[in-house]
Amino acid sequence: MSRTLTSFGRTGAAFAALAILLIALWLGAAIGETAIPFSTVAQTVANRLWNAGYPLEPIDEGIIWSYRLSRAVVAASCGAALALSGTVLQSLLRNPLADPYILGISAGASTGAVSVAILGVGAGFLTMPLGAFLGAVIAFVLVSILAVKAGRGTAAIILAGVAGSQLFNALTSFIVTKAATAEQARGIMFWLLGNLSGVRWPDAWLAVPAALAGLVICLLHARALDAFTFGSESAASLGISVRRTYLVLVGAAAMMTAAMVSIVGSIGFVGLVIPHAARMLVGVRHGVLLPASALIGAVFMIVADILSRTLIPGQVLPIGVITALVGAPAFALILGQKRARA
Amino acid sequence: MTLSANSVAWAAGGSEILKDVSLTVETGEFLGIIGPNGSGKTSLMSLLAGLRTPKSGSVLLDGVPIGSLGRRAVAQRLALVEQQAETGERITARQAVELGRTPYVGTLSPWSPKDDRIVDGALESVDMAHLAERSWHTLSGGERQRLHIARALAQQPEILLLDEPTNHLDIGHQISLLDLVHQQDLTVVAALHDLNHAALFCDRIAVLEEGRVVALGEPRAVLTEERIRTVFGVDVEIEQDDGGICNIRFLTRRAHRRAPVRQGRRNLSAMEA
Repeated sequence: MSRTLTSFGRTGAAFAALAILLIALWLGAAIGETAIPFSTVAQTVANRLWNAGYPLEPIDEGIIWSYRLSRAVVAASCGAALALSGTVLQSLLRNPLADPYILGISAGASTGAVSVAILGVGAGFLTMPLGAFLGAVIAFVLVSILAVKAGRGTAAIILAGVAGSQLFNALTSFIVTKAATAEQARGIMFWLLGNLSGVRWPDAWLAVPAALAGLVICLLHARALDAFTFGSESAASLGISVRRTYLVLVGAAAMMTAAMVSIVGSIGFVGLVIPHAARMLVGVRHGVLLPASALIGAVFMIVADILSRTLIPGQVLPIGVITALVGAPAFALILGQKRARA
Repeated sequence: MTLSANSVAWAAGGSEILKDVSLTVETGEFLGIIGPNGSGKTSLMSLLAGLRTPKSGSVLLDGVPIGSLGRRAVAQRLALVEQQAETGERITARQAVELGRTPYVGTLSPWSPKDDRIVDGALESVDMAHLAERSWHTLSGGERQRLHIARALAQQPEILLLDEPTNHLDIGHQISLLDLVHQQDLTVVAALHDLNHAALFCDRIAVLEEGRVVALGEPRAVLTEERIRTVFGVDVEIEQDDGGICNIRFLTRRAHRRAPVRQGRRNLSAMEA
């Protein structure tokens, strides 16, 4: 890749990626139950950002700006962050089945969310997203302690994550069956499958910086991640400080995931499969793979969100259902083509 | 550039693997480390590479404890080829060798044409340039191991550490790999299985037995019939050719076994009668 990508090529690729992302956001804002012309979307953005003063229907402008665009931006951040976390964890743990939730994060977030929403823990000053975030962090810390106690090696981290996930999932089920009304249980169920409905701009102010910071941290460690190709011993002999790299990157993945889960719930599939799709498309060099994963994850999530809003008229499906329903066949297609080519 | 171990000890899982091991690697020499399975060869290699911290004693690189040097600085001076390092990633042969530049590239010193030249050179010196674009999982064990050597050469080290580099290779590849390493203008420390290879390629040999160095010196002095019998438990005959190179012939295994088996049969037939 170092030979084929000149600095000119890299700049071009970066602009192309940005263009693709903007087009996806634009689509996310234009498509919906009421289709709004693309020009109106552009004019709305111009009005809001630069006070351009185009005369527009206030309702259209409101839908685009307050509802759809914020939602698309959060979806993009979320997709990018989950795909990045998945890529990093798969490379570090050298396990193709690793995903952002393997560290017990989504299970902990669920427990945190139901503790606030159903048990009323911290009522008044803890919101459900904040509860989810705290739950995610607590679960991650517990899993980390368990992994360190269990000894060296990547298997220890995965096993500790599985144990932690089981524990927190059981706690969540216990709270839901013990204390929730049927209505609450349904609401929690919906949230657990991922939900972008309530998302507004304040959420974007958390999601965008979290995803961008994660992207920068991961990119700074792209070479270090490459060095893990032959395992952590080999990485160490190539001059990588293995412990520090683990700490920084697993920490970054955990923070990104916790932030996203607290905003939109646990959306499956993206963090597991997008990294594989990206690897097949651009190869395994992390300098290219990481931004590619982030871009594919972002676009995939925007598209999934559009589908979740439009597939069944008058009803919004949980986005987690769409990511798996659309993503699994799409991934099967990529797998099949790869086979045919190889 | 000198690398030395000063009475290092290492334990894992409660059992002592290395006890009071001291040796100094001389500049430019090919030092072989031999010993039976479980004698601590691999542990010694990773201590020498600075991947582990000794329980007691110290490993010094130019007189400085290797643990106090940064990992990057160590990797620029010392490269390690592990036993059979494998990957499931779909990398090409060239990409595997490019990893050797990891200690040199960074945010402030990005990949440059010079790095490309070094990688090209490393691929050529192991005679793998023509397979550079092949994907890793289509290559044979011998080719993969040559690429690991090329990766180590791309690190431009002064010392090359090899942990049983010829495991799982056929005899032709074993010899050509060691020959390849021998031709490099490097200080080499290699844990080796085959005593004849050790005799053929090493300037000096250290013999490990149950975590201790029981002999250290030139092959002729170290590889004696008596020592091989006590350390490895096999009887051998050693011939020296005109160049002073030892040729070890293993004789005993069969001769030893045949006798008791016959005796057993005789007893059996006696019982039947």
